[in-house]
Amino acid sequence: MTSINPDKVTAERLAGLATAPGVSHPAPGTGDGSLVDDPAVRAPLVLNNRSFTEVTDIICGYTENKPGRWWLPVFGLTSTLAGLGTVMILYLLITGVGTWGLNNQVDWAWDITNFVFWIGIGHAGTLISAILCLFKQKWRTAVNRSAEAMTIFAVICAGMFPGIHVGRIWMIWMVFPIPNANAIWPNFRSPLLWDVFAVSTYFTVSLLFWYMGMIPDFATLRDRAVQRLRKFGDAAQTLPFTSIKVDNLRAYGYGLLALGWRFSSRHWHRYEKAYMLLAGVSTPLVLSVHSIVSFDFATSVLPGWHTTIFPPYFVAGAIFGGFAMVLLLLIPARELYPNMKDFITLRHLENMAKILLVTGMMVGFAYSMEFFIAYYGGNEYELYAFKNRAGGPYWWAYWTMIFCNVVSPQLFWNKACRQSPIVIFIVSFLVTIGMWFERFVIIVTSLHRAFIPGQWGMFWPTAVDIGIFIGSIGVFLTLFLLFMRFLPVFAMAELKAVLPQADPHHEPAGHAAGGGH
Amino acid sequence: MLADLLARFGAHNYMPFLKRPPARFVTESGAEVFGVLAEFHTPAAVYHAAEKVRDAGYTRWDVHSPFPIHGIEDAMGIKRTILPVIVACGAFTGTGLAYLMQWWMSTNYRLPVQGKPPEAWQPYIPIMFEISVLLAAFTALFVMLMLNGLPRWHHPLFRSDRFLRVSQDRFAISIEAVDPKFDPHAARKLLETAGAKTVELVEDPS
Repeated sequence: MTSINPDKVTAERLAGLATAPGVSHPAPGTGDGSLVDDPAVRAPLVLNNRSFTEVTDIICGYTENKPGRWWLPVFGLTSTLAGLGTVMILYLLITGVGTWGLNNQVDWAWDITNFVFWIGIGHAGTLISAILCLFKQKWRTAVNRSAEAMTIFAVICAGMFPGIHVGRIWMIWMVFPIPNANAIWPNFRSPLLWDVFAVSTYFTVSLLFWYMGMIPDFATLRDRAVQRLRKFGDAAQTLPFTSIKVDNLRAYGYGLLALGWRFSSRHWHRYEKAYMLLAGVSTPLVLSVHSIVSFDFATSVLPGWHTTIFPPYFVAGAIFGGFAMVLLLLIPARELYPNMKDFITLRHLENMAKILLVTGMMVGFAYSMEFFIAYYGGNEYELYAFKNRAGGPYWWAYWTMIFCNVVSPQLFWNKACRQSPIVIFIVSFLVTIGMWFERFVIIVTSLHRAFIPGQWGMFWPTAVDIGIFIGSIGVFLTLFLLFMRFLPVFAMAELKAVLPQADPHHEPAGHAAGGGH
Repeated sequence: MLADLLARFGAHNYMPFLKRPPARFVTESGAEVFGVLAEFHTPAAVYHAAEKVRDAGYTRWDVHSPFPIHGIEDAMGIKRTILPVIVACGAFTGTGLAYLMQWWMSTNYRLPVQGKPPEAWQPYIPIMFEISVLLAAFTALFVMLMLNGLPRWHHPLFRSDRFLRVSQDRFAISIEAVDPKFDPHAARKLLETAGAKTVELVEDPS
């Protein structure tokens, strides 16, 4: 309850501004205390020796207290961008796809690039929540909630593009096998249809996973609101409210979402099993989704698309781009909320920087292997397509991609670079740009020089193209800001479970170790 | 007969129009006793207390903690859940339904493209996989909630102010009055000797 009217020392401690008396300063050379090199010393997952109470107060504080002064202007900006994108989409729908830059030669361009870009970004969330969960990587608990939220929002942005890409959006229901008056059914041999099922399943399962993780945290927010209402003596728990208090709304809103969760161990037992099962089914799912996205290209006969390396290459690229986006969101967040640094430590950032390095090398390997196979396979069209990629009219896009995706992550071989938030932020920014260009290069450069010169053309985006893409960024950031304001930003229950004092066999320092177990 | 059966499974908790079984214990004011609630301050304390409650032979009781305590299943004697088997059934139902859907739609509307037979099962695999995952995920979440008896937005325990702190930083054991071994005084004494910080009686006024 301290987060509503805390005293000065508690307020500063909760805000991460001062360390409480008795908290030792981190040892030199360990950054904030999390960068311990000694394998015999277990690096702390949560810094500053936080108690269960403090963890709850800090995390609930993000939704219960007023946000900083930056929130409203930033929210205004991002929602304006989202509104701009909406206006552009309306203009497109009213006028037609002629307002886009694509043409008969390059008939998949900006929109499909954005679709693959956003769907790829989503993959890091599921990777963190599912794969790292199966591998029992405890550091994931600090980042999984926001990464899952990012997944949902990225898939929302992705889903927008195929919808408007069909041109006649009122026909989009034809992609689903819905009984209709013409008695026709979709073509189940088309990867585009597989994609419909893959992406919609991915969105649904990610949403279930995200929501299930939040059930206990919603219950915490509900109980705190009810506690405050009872404390001030107006536990008016029945509708209609005589006077609406924010806590009444919280008790109802979070209470409805919490489904009556009462933290029972018998429930926790099934909950943990269900969580592991969801992680287990999400892991092959996340690998399948981007594989199927790559089938959209790989099952065609177009040089530059028709390669067997696409599924693993797309999945590695998706994880690469997604981790870059996670870092791009979390590094500013932990500067804006200083107490987040206790949960998202330098070690978390370093771990993610290492993943960027690994996946960056994987996409770099895929880029070079594509060239090698084009040379070694002896297909002249294939070889031409790749020569044209690196030296044709879109050479600048190709080399931007190489610089951003392959060259820039190499900085992370250096320890100082992968431990510096600002360097990680800059590299993540470059990687995000690079991953957008990767999809642009694959789609546009392969299409713009197809088999016969009659199929040759160029693609240049129009203002509507650019406006819709900026609008999708606005939608993404707006949703993320709303998430930071109204939902539990960290997986509170999981975070408490990885604190040292959460172990039932943990004895406080100074006591003799208890025997038994 | 049916009413007794429903009451045994606690159906009156979800359907208020059903007849409630007679109360075993009532307070002086006439309210039905739900059970006793004991509060603990550390996971270790609640863990060891749970072992004592388990050994005393109670069956309708629970440990409440803000996070799943490692190994509490053993301390409480919880059996492994059947959930994975049900989820596997859900997944295979999805596989079968997806195959049948695709086979039926492909053979009823034969698209003469790509020169491949519509009955071929190989192109059905991706969608079979996706629908399996989809149904497995739905089963995992909703069957988990069903087995837990959720959603249930009201519960006698929520009346306790101490219980509300369990969602933040406290630990609790509740023993329900429907437990055949339950006796308010014996349960209170057991929990007190097990190291509870406070023990309170929770009422369930209808």
